[in-house]
Amino acid sequence: MSTTLNMTEINLREVNSTLQDAAKAQANAAYVIENPRGSHAVACGLDGPLTVTVKGSTGYYCAGMNKEAAITVEGSAGPGVAENMMSGVVTIEGDASQYAGATGHGGLLNIKGNASSRCGISMKGIDIVVHGNIGHMSAFMAQKGNLVVLGDAGDALGDSLYEARLFVRGTVKSLGADCIEKEMRPEHIALLTELLEKAGADAKPEEFKRYGSARKLYNFNIDHADAY
Amino acid sequence: MEKTPQTEPRQSWTFSNDVNSEIRRAAATGIYDIRGGGAKRRVPHFDDLLFLGASMSRYPLEGYREKCETSVTLGTRFAKKPIELKIPVTIAGMSFGSLSGPAKEALGRGATMAGTSTTTGDGGMTEEERGHSEMLVYQYLPSRYGMNPDDLRRADAIEVVVGQGAKPGGGGMLLGQKITERVAGMRDLPEGIDQRSACRHPDWTGPDDLEIKILELREITNWEKPIYIKIGGARPYYDTALAVKAGADVIVLDGMQGGTAATQDVFIEHVGQPTLACIRPAVQALQDLGMHREVQLVVSGGIRTGADVAKALALGADAVSIGTAALVALGDNDPKWEAEYQKLGTTTGAYDDWHEGLDPAGITTQDPELMARLDPEAAGRRLRNYLNVLTLECQTLARACGHNHVHNLEPEDLCALTMEAAAMAQVPLAGTNWYPGKPGF
Ligand SMILES: Cc1cc2nc3c(=O)[nH]c(=O)nc-3n(C[C@H](O)[C@H](O)[C@H](O)COP(=O)(O)O)c2cc1C
Repeated sequence: MSTTLNMTEINLREVNSTLQDAAKAQANAAYVIENPRGSHAVACGLDGPLTVTVKGSTGYYCAGMNKEAAITVEGSAGPGVAENMMSGVVTIEGDASQYAGATGHGGLLNIKGNASSRCGISMKGIDIVVHGNIGHMSAFMAQKGNLVVLGDAGDALGDSLYEARLFVRGTVKSLGADCIEKEMRPEHIALLTELLEKAGADAKPEEFKRYGSARKLYNFNIDHADAY
Repeated sequence: MEKTPQTEPRQSWTFSNDVNSEIRRAAATGIYDIRGGGAKRRVPHFDDLLFLGASMSRYPLEGYREKCETSVTLGTRFAKKPIELKIPVTIAGMSFGSLSGPAKEALGRGATMAGTSTTTGDGGMTEEERGHSEMLVYQYLPSRYGMNPDDLRRADAIEVVVGQGAKPGGGGMLLGQKITERVAGMRDLPEGIDQRSACRHPDWTGPDDLEIKILELREITNWEKPIYIKIGGARPYYDTALAVKAGADVIVLDGMQGGTAATQDVFIEHVGQPTLACIRPAVQALQDLGMHREVQLVVSGGIRTGADVAKALALGADAVSIGTAALVALGDNDPKWEAEYQKLGTTTGAYDDWHEGLDPAGITTQDPELMARLDPEAAGRRLRNYLNVLTLECQTLARACGHNHVHNLEPEDLCALTMEAAAMAQVPLAGTNWYPGKPGF
């Protein structure tokens, strides 16, 4: 049984406080949000187990800072979806705009369509799986976590990368500063197998290439000044 | 034989010893100079303003006897729970990582005893400061190091940092030496590597996006917490207007003398406008939008005395914020460490290599032995005392100008000693009724 919240009838504040209270109650309840009509900050700040299905597309920062909840957008998501997510699962059935999963600390962001530029920017532990392509400057300054792309990646992938792992099946238009292709070892195949399975992605881990940090910018060195 | 008269050896103003030493340092290392602190050059400042005091046309209030209020409420525009300060001075955001845990604790203790707030910084919230700060402002920075929704919810206010006076347009850098296991863990990065703090937020770019970001922050925190926007002193009129448009409850405006934990010297000395030059345009923007006092203005960058506080308020600020002075009150650059400063190639008052983590006073370090030199209780009391002095001095000046609340101080109470200060503060040059740019002249 799920409860329906219709956004033509109730406003954002009410929708979010209902969801936030329900998450806090730890009752594992289910909610359906109808008519989101591109509203911003839908289902953000949830802190507990809850299932939310959004019937339509959302604006900025949907599922922002999520903890534990499972949120599915049956449409596309605007910029900054699941930004700074801590845990839980956020699924986007359509495409995601810029900065998807930005600074995320944990959980899984599963994008069935494409993601735009700066996907996984500054990510800090989140797993992001994109079934389509991603745009330029993705995983910029990415610190921790895994970004898996079944399609192609745009320019400057992984620029100024720290310790996040990037897996791309298709082509990479260009790599950013300090990002290099790395060997796929058995542990990476195992990790990727698990991530693809979790995301319900139909792809073989062996088809992917791994990219990571060359770690040349980790401590300032004048001989690398042109890379800064 | 008569000696030919010789001219005295003459030093160049342009190529001074100081300048030449920097050229030699650059030539030897190939790296720009990084340091802490704010601009060291002399710029027009509050020292260039004077209060007129009461006279025939205005009567003063009795010092120590008649009431002169100092309380400030921040966040009256949208927040359900505004911040109530007893004094018009807050503690500025300083990162854990640049400062030690005990230093953060001392700031919390001192601020709480004085009835004011303290602020987190890059690197996240520590138990030391949450535990000891009755009112804690949580900074929301481009790096988002340590950023998590639980801390957001347990903060008393949120400060979205767009810029800092020491480096408008610049990011930060915490050098590897200071990245201990604890600091690294909080930032989700390996130990011992340089940690760059981005100069721009990862998930919004302009005031239109920021407005939506603020909506999200409010939705996550039930519209309870005041949201501040901190800007560096770059384009104060437009930045203030845009911050109001983006939905700020409070604007924190940091001028170029504002301190930093670690930034390139060239940035600190050559980017941004002096604090004095920033206040009037910001206040003008608030007035033009009908938002003066509705959206509060907190000014920082080089505040040292109660006179500075009073002058900033007279120019239209609602409160001020201090960084460097608070560290000095805790014990930074204390002459008792002179021998150790000498060993580091510097001297009391000039020590600014805060990023190296070797601070003899145990404040800007993560070294357990050095950190232990700072007793957070005693340092907290020193900060409380200092904050009390700032407040008393500010009250004294307000009473002398005939005001029963420090917020009643006004530009009319001031005159300027220099043309520059007169132009920037838009108050008359002493002995005249004129300032550069005054309409009608
Ligand atoms: C050691 C130190 C660390 C700082 N860290 C931060 C920070 O993390 N975030 C920030 O917005 N400002 C930071 N600042 C700037 C202060 O918040 C404030 O703007 C400045 O110190 C005010 O100027 P004053 O030092 O002249 O009082 C830091 C300043 C210092 C001295």
